[in-house]
Amino acid sequence: MLKKILRSYELYLLMLPTLIYFAIFQYGPIYGVQIAFKQFTISRGITGSPWVGFEQFERFFSSYQFWNLLQNTLLISLYELALFPIPIILALLLNQLTSHRFRKLIQTVTYAPHFISVVVMVGMLYLFLSPSKGILNQILMLFGLDPVFFLAAPEWFKTVFVFSGVWQNAGFSMIIYIAALAGVSPDLHEAAVMDGASKARRIWHIDLPGIMPTVMILLILNIGQFMSIGFEKVYLMQNSVNITSSEIIQTYVYKAGLLNAQYSYSTAIGLFNSLISFVLLLSVNMIARKLNQTSLW
Amino acid sequence: MLMNRSKGDRLFDALNVTFFLFVLALVLYPLYFIIIASISDPVKVNTGAVWFWPVDMTLEGYRKIFEHEALWNGYRNSALYTVVGTVINVALLMTGGYALSRKDVPGRNIITLLIVFTMFFQGGIIPTYLIVRDLGMLNTMWALVIPNAVSVYHLIVVRTYFESTIPIEMLEASKVDGCNNTRFFLRIVLPLSLPIIAVMVLFSAVVHWNSYFSALIYLRDESMYPLQMVLREILVRNSAQELMNVEDAAQLQDFSELIKYGVVIVSSLPVLILYPFVQRYFIKGVMIGSIKG
Repeated sequence: MLKKILRSYELYLLMLPTLIYFAIFQYGPIYGVQIAFKQFTISRGITGSPWVGFEQFERFFSSYQFWNLLQNTLLISLYELALFPIPIILALLLNQLTSHRFRKLIQTVTYAPHFISVVVMVGMLYLFLSPSKGILNQILMLFGLDPVFFLAAPEWFKTVFVFSGVWQNAGFSMIIYIAALAGVSPDLHEAAVMDGASKARRIWHIDLPGIMPTVMILLILNIGQFMSIGFEKVYLMQNSVNITSSEIIQTYVYKAGLLNAQYSYSTAIGLFNSLISFVLLLSVNMIARKLNQTSLW
Repeated sequence: MLMNRSKGDRLFDALNVTFFLFVLALVLYPLYFIIIASISDPVKVNTGAVWFWPVDMTLEGYRKIFEHEALWNGYRNSALYTVVGTVINVALLMTGGYALSRKDVPGRNIITLLIVFTMFFQGGIIPTYLIVRDLGMLNTMWALVIPNAVSVYHLIVVRTYFESTIPIEMLEASKVDGCNNTRFFLRIVLPLSLPIIAVMVLFSAVVHWNSYFSALIYLRDESMYPLQMVLREILVRNSAQELMNVEDAAQLQDFSELIKYGVVIVSSLPVLILYPFVQRYFIKGVMIGSIKG
């Protein structure tokens, strides 16, 4: 064994920088998470700060924002999860297009928005959704409707957030399903055509079961990310008017921790958030395995 | 197969094509609108007179943008951060990914497991911030390129690529010829990995070019701001007015919108120009990733 290790020393050297990175920047913070149970001050450092048990958590659970934050985080996550099938449907339909060039065109165009940065994306939302000048409201007014100030209305925040995400990413998310569809055997389709199966039925009975393993894996991964909403975008879309609907756990962590320097308190909140995600991932994976479906491990 | 399409299938196809034409319009129109709005008279844009083509063409918006020093400074900073960050990303991905792809390395599975674990459980932004702070990286370029130097997902993709493209026989053959692991990696593996290197360069570069949050957390000095932070000031925090001295408030408002449309174009230009050429590499990247889910 030792000889084997010694013989591969060059390979260990090759992976050393990567290992150091993970040790410092991934496991370092995991070690640092203990400050959630302490009263951390910079001068005393992580080890020197006194333990306070679950005090930070209790403070968060009893704070007046707690239910609002949890509700917003869960609602946005559920909203996004509900739209999980959109790229699947797009891929199934795209796969049926007979013109190869038309397919390529759709793919090229729908992938493009994925590469727009969050800042520009939110900037575009402000431009398009402006109450007096934005093009969407001008369309509404064309039909005699009253303009809506979408980005200042709490009731519109989640919809605007989620659907702008679909606009930006549905095309790109579709790629992986298109790849999976390419693996569905054409023999099955030919046999089904012989039997007089329509396109719609072939999608339902051949294509969809064919890509089901991929769908399951992505669904599990998605649920593992359940509580980690694209908070960089949420943060940019927030303003004082829509805050009741747009403050989520992660934006709150950023504000409490880095803007107000409540390190221990916000670490506790962040830990609460990632524990929920982690438990969700484990349970979904377990359920998938029990059902004899594809699972991550 | 095409010959005996049933009536139902032809209807299906017609509806399907119509649907995708609609999708096409839905994606393209907003992008197209930004282009025409950036070269139209802002008053016309704001009163809803611009729909399908530019009205009263003007390049005033772009003229103002070119005079905007902070924007160009951000452009230069972003270019620097993108190049440095991408080099670090790709170097670590290739070396780490290759070493982890070798089945004869003792401890490979446990190391992989420890790495993948960090994909699902992280310390969070505060503990990470404290480490970056302790390392003295605050307000330096390193805070933007080191703490996110390896993406677990990309590492797994690279590892999978090596596992499936570098046959073990090749290694054995070169060992017979007296080639050691380092030489094998540099002389044989890397030249065979150009496609995956291209994919990873592109993924990393886009992430660096588009990122703003690290800069928001770690940078204090405004002269070091990357492009996205400058854009945030202009597009989201609405400070476009600062760069003009127009007396009339209404005119000021109009111009700020014109500048915003132009800024969207100017800032996305590098990605837009490269996109058609590199598109297939991105797709390839996702495909390789999908082999192992």
